[in-house]
Amino acid sequence: MTTVLESLNQSLHRLLASDNRIIVIGEDILDPYGGAFKVTRGLSTEYPDQVISSPISEAGIVGFATGMALRGLLPVVEIMFGDFITLAADQIINHAVKFRWMYNDQVNVPLVIRTPMGGRRGYGPTHSQTLEKLLLGVPGLNVLAPCSIGEPGDLLARAIKDFEDPVLFIENKLLYLQTVHSVSEKGDHSIKTFNPKNKTRSDSTKNNGITSEYSPPTYLIRINNAPEPTLSIAAYGYMAEIVLQVIHELAYKHELFCELVVPTQLVPWNIDAVLSSCRLTGKLLLVEEGTLSLGWGAEILSRVSEILISELSAVRRLAALEYPIPGSEPLESALLPGKESIKRTALEIAYNKRNHL
Amino acid sequence: MLYSGDMLTEAALYKRLLLIRRFEETVLEQYSKGIFFGTTHSYLGQEANAVGVISNINKNDIVVSNHRSHGHFIAYGGDIRGLFAELMGKSTGVVAGRGGSQHLCWRNFYSNGIQGGITPIAAGMALAEKYKGNNTIVLVFIGDGTLGEGVVYETLNMSSLWNAPILFVLENNHIAQTTPIKLAVAGDIALRFSSFGIHTEEIDTSDVEKIQAVANKQISRVRSKSTPGALIIHTCRFGPHSKGDDTRDKSEILNMRRSRDPVIIQGARLEHEIRETIEGEIDKKIRHSFNQAFEDPYPNPEEVFG
Repeated sequence: MTTVLESLNQSLHRLLASDNRIIVIGEDILDPYGGAFKVTRGLSTEYPDQVISSPISEAGIVGFATGMALRGLLPVVEIMFGDFITLAADQIINHAVKFRWMYNDQVNVPLVIRTPMGGRRGYGPTHSQTLEKLLLGVPGLNVLAPCSIGEPGDLLARAIKDFEDPVLFIENKLLYLQTVHSVSEKGDHSIKTFNPKNKTRSDSTKNNGITSEYSPPTYLIRINNAPEPTLSIAAYGYMAEIVLQVIHELAYKHELFCELVVPTQLVPWNIDAVLSSCRLTGKLLLVEEGTLSLGWGAEILSRVSEILISELSAVRRLAALEYPIPGSEPLESALLPGKESIKRTALEIAYNKRNHL
Repeated sequence: MLYSGDMLTEAALYKRLLLIRRFEETVLEQYSKGIFFGTTHSYLGQEANAVGVISNINKNDIVVSNHRSHGHFIAYGGDIRGLFAELMGKSTGVVAGRGGSQHLCWRNFYSNGIQGGITPIAAGMALAEKYKGNNTIVLVFIGDGTLGEGVVYETLNMSSLWNAPILFVLENNHIAQTTPIKLAVAGDIALRFSSFGIHTEEIDTSDVEKIQAVANKQISRVRSKSTPGALIIHTCRFGPHSKGDDTRDKSEILNMRRSRDPVIIQGARLEHEIRETIEGEIDKKIRHSFNQAFEDPYPNPEEVFG
């Protein structure tokens, strides 16, 4: 039984051992501490030349890494808490993601920035956020999000080796300690990897900057021995783990059968799996830990509606309430989508309760 | 040709200074006729900085520039027709019209338009080259106005901590857009670098040969010790920040042009006939390149965006 953390850590060990172009940069990542969330534990001992412990300079280290990537290295920058990504926003938006296109494809920036988002640890407003939505849709930026399914470590390896353009790799604090569900695991639910009928990239190959045929997987989960699902729920990262628990309850206690759609690639946008599920159910619930407005769910909903508008009878988003994330546990719990609010919303959709925000 | 061997003659230096001067004059003149798209940030008066410093580099060295990029680009050996075409937005431009004046890339030359943002990137490049075992150094050009941006200080700190082989060249023209330095920069500029442990030299001249000499020492030191350095050049910006944004006294600028013109200073070292010959060559080159660019096609949006 491997945890998400172990999967990521072991992958980094294998990567640094096999490719000395890979350089890991971050704050407090030296052993024995090995990083705030231990994802980099052991690396500085085993591969001292490939691990750089930096001062507290998020903009600076993303910039340094961009320069390294421009000159042929494969840097992996850790931003300690996802909340701090704001400090590197200019380096990401006005530098790293622009160079290849604006320099007329003369250069590449194979940069990976990894950072843990997420609350539920009581760390308060500036250490608990889920901010990736602010960067979704920035031209030139790929965004991947591991979940507790499949091989998170492999997703990270692909981000580092297969993507020629910048990748934002969104981890989650509570996700780290989750046991990874293998796709073939036996139990009350079954997990499939979505296989599109014709393997097309959603956006032009040139813009993706992906060198291999690899596509980050989307997982589809249903309850075993159940009728066809009548509701599609899409979620990514740690939220998918929470929704997975909810779909069991919905099935056994409420006879509401759902299909959970879990993408591991947020950008480039690829809604094929969501479309396929919605064609079956006609109802879509999008759940995310980020705030509601202009979030991930808003974009998926827009794209799905543009294609399936007449085949959908209900679409809803569930996201964090739009306040800073409180320190007090009952307040934080109420603000972030949790099992109860997800269950309640799913039932409202199923029983055609009034659609309101 | 641009590299150190070829740039050491007086005439070659004059040629390169004049090439930048005439290019920039042409750009400002043609802007008023609507020939170019966007804006420009003229390097008039500062030519000796680019030519003096860059004439010392090796073929594999890296030059990182800013919004005021033309002088650095031309001193590096960048193509004149390609630069005219880029400003016009043509498909034959340095970056096929995608970048425009501030966003250039050619061989080991890079520029971007965010003040200070290029500094950590330049330093990261230097570290990468060092890691790969190359004897390559990086030059990064900033201004007095750039000292307002925090990421510059992050860069100085880490460059020194990690011994990045980078030379920070600060062109202090005492004005940032319309803001004089006394309203923008507190304290001492040289101390900003040396307090991070970076060896710093300072020079106040528009004489390309003096700049070339001090830059040569600095660059050799950065290369041989594989450690960062800083060179502060006090200089004069003859033109506006971009277009129409010069709030300085006209007499102040006239004085600068009289006593601090790098083209005149270097030209005075040459025989009259040699100077005239060079001037004729440069005028012809500028005119020819401009006309070529003028005739070049625009990029096709369908081809670019699919």
